[in-house]
Amino acid sequence: MEHVISVLVENNPGVLARVAGLFSARGYNIESLSVAPTPDATVSMITVVTSGDEVIIEQIMKQLNKVIEVLKVVDLTEEDHIERETALIKILTKQAQQRDEAIRIAEIFRANIVDSTPQTYTFEVSGDAGKIQAVINRLKPMGIKEIVRTGRIAIARDAL
Amino acid sequence: MKLTGSEIFVESLKCEGVKTIFGIPGGVVLKLFDVLHQQNDVEVVLTRHEQGAIHMAEGHAKATGKAGVALVTSGPGMTNIVTGLADAMMDSVPLVAFTGQVPTSLIGNDAFQEADNIGISRPCTKHNVLVKDVKDLATVIKEAFYIANTGRPGPVLVDIPKDVTTESAEFHYPDKVSLRGYRPTVSGNRFQIKQAAGEILKAKRPVIYVGGGAVFSGAANEVRELADLTQIPVTMTVMGLGSFPGTHPLCMGMLGMHGTYCANMAMHEADLLIAVGARFDDRVTGKLSEFSPRARVIHIDIDPTSIKKNVHAHIPIVGDVKVVLKELVQVLSSMDGNPTSVKAQRRPWLKQVNAWSAEHPLAYQQEGKKQTKPQYVIDKAYELTKHKAIVVTDVGQHQMWAAQYFKSGLQRTFLTSGGLGTMGFGFPAAIGAQKAYPNKTVLCITSEGSFQMNLQELAVAAIYKLPVKIILLNNQFHGMVRQWQDLFYEGRYASSDLGNTPDFVKLAEAYGILGLRSEEPADVEAVLKEGLKHKGPVMMDFAIDRFENCYPMIPAGGAQHEMVLEDPPQLKTARKPSRKKGEDADAVLPA
Repeated sequence: MEHVISVLVENNPGVLARVAGLFSARGYNIESLSVAPTPDATVSMITVVTSGDEVIIEQIMKQLNKVIEVLKVVDLTEEDHIERETALIKILTKQAQQRDEAIRIAEIFRANIVDSTPQTYTFEVSGDAGKIQAVINRLKPMGIKEIVRTGRIAIARDAL
Repeated sequence: MKLTGSEIFVESLKCEGVKTIFGIPGGVVLKLFDVLHQQNDVEVVLTRHEQGAIHMAEGHAKATGKAGVALVTSGPGMTNIVTGLADAMMDSVPLVAFTGQVPTSLIGNDAFQEADNIGISRPCTKHNVLVKDVKDLATVIKEAFYIANTGRPGPVLVDIPKDVTTESAEFHYPDKVSLRGYRPTVSGNRFQIKQAAGEILKAKRPVIYVGGGAVFSGAANEVRELADLTQIPVTMTVMGLGSFPGTHPLCMGMLGMHGTYCANMAMHEADLLIAVGARFDDRVTGKLSEFSPRARVIHIDIDPTSIKKNVHAHIPIVGDVKVVLKELVQVLSSMDGNPTSVKAQRRPWLKQVNAWSAEHPLAYQQEGKKQTKPQYVIDKAYELTKHKAIVVTDVGQHQMWAAQYFKSGLQRTFLTSGGLGTMGFGFPAAIGAQKAYPNKTVLCITSEGSFQMNLQELAVAAIYKLPVKIILLNNQFHGMVRQWQDLFYEGRYASSDLGNTPDFVKLAEAYGILGLRSEEPADVEAVLKEGLKHKGPVMMDFAIDRFENCYPMIPAGGAQHEMVLEDPPQLKTARKPSRKKGEDADAVLPA
């Protein structure tokens, strides 16, 4: 089963290699990875999407906790949370009809068209993995030139 | 007052109480060695190879329980210690390795003797740090020792660029460390400990299974108290040897691949395992799906990742083994007011355990005129040094025989490379242990295969007058490999026959070390006696039966109760080492 794990780490050089290396050395999957600073300049947030049975996920959590530069590890899959990914999708729009269709798709999925040339439109779309996939599937028949996707990020939902 | 990075380095070592470091100089660490040279508090042992240095630091650490220290140069200096780091990581040996690095301005430029020390050592250290600013050096060193020595101990590497050794900063050695991401759990959860006590009282066929964690934690007394109080038989992993007296009536000896019949049968039939600082290594469990099928598991370990990694734990207790056992014994004593009832309740189980022990005890047959049995040499060495020697082994058959026949009674007196199985570990580690305890008898039990992997350190034993007693069991084979080839590869000795080995007596003499040789069983005792009596280091070369195999043996992937107890019939017929054509043994080295 897929798990989204938040790893709060010291913002030191090499810490990403430490976390990523742990996954590869022990044969754990990384399906997606995202790293970014936090409001506290001394710490960074790594969001890892991984998969495995209960025993493996428990090991992953423990192994991550064991890394000296890891401050906190949370398996967000265990709680109510919000997930987002962003994709930039460049599609071919040589005919006017295609351009109209592209604009309609953008509206439906609340995506933005952020660049345009006579031959291409560039979509920017955010959402959970399922939504991104739906947009991609929908745009595919028009001819996709290039896709760039971020790793997944996630945050826990607070109780009211 | 401002000090240079090199002075800060030496002052920090003094603050940590380091008396000895092992290493070899090189371009980028010259300044460090220069400052070390001009003081007398920290002694530098100049080794002949960096691998020697790191294993000596390991031996020192395993014998004392405090972090061993090595100092080597950049590039090849660092890459040569990788094996020792990996070894220390596996066996939880506290170690601080200082490596030189090219100047910060050159890092990443493929400079002369540059290597990515941090990248290379990341998977085989508990932690590693590149010091980029001399102002951070003291704090980094303080943290390095703290991390190495606490929690589940392990190796820490500190990488120091050349410019950091020459630049200056105010020196202040911190009193405390504050590492927000590192807070090992020491005391166990009280509720879990009570649960464990309940299970122990209920159990009919319990076993205490002790690993290296008990040794590092110094929990020998607590293990003994628990065993005595509850009358539960004890078995140890190779790393756990010494944490329970081998001569105690409840001791079943080592378990696992070459463990005793009794220990493995008891593990298999147990209804409760009390795992104490052990990690259910594959050499212990054998086939996991058939491991201790009826047992509930109490697992005490300071490292949460060891728990439920290979074997499910019904009652996990994270904490320092000594602290947890102390509390467990307390809880048990208050729960159980009547020790005689425990004894009565345990009687059938102990009777069964004793029956297994009697059924297939460790045994060998030494016939007077025939070839020397390796077990006989070890048995004699044990007899002559009983409980007074620190035994350091290499890796292979001799290691397992030493583990079987040396009934170590004290923790930190059986030092071996358990997890990584590093041939070449034994001799330098013995030197390190001897350096820590110059007046104790240190035996290095090794073989011609392992010994030749780090024999250059004979120079260190000679020059520093470290009286290590080398007991070399010479079968001119990579014996354990040969054993597997006999059992699983139809006796094809692919690259396991070492041919003629060097004349170890002459080799020792070349270094100014006394060399003694035993050709036949009648020589064994005399050689051992003479070697042990000699004041300096000694090489004792024992010609042993080339084809002796180590039993019991659980074949790799086999279940723990399916032990092979002796050579299968087809092996008992005469065997000859097969050589590839054109490979003339006598041409390798003159006899």
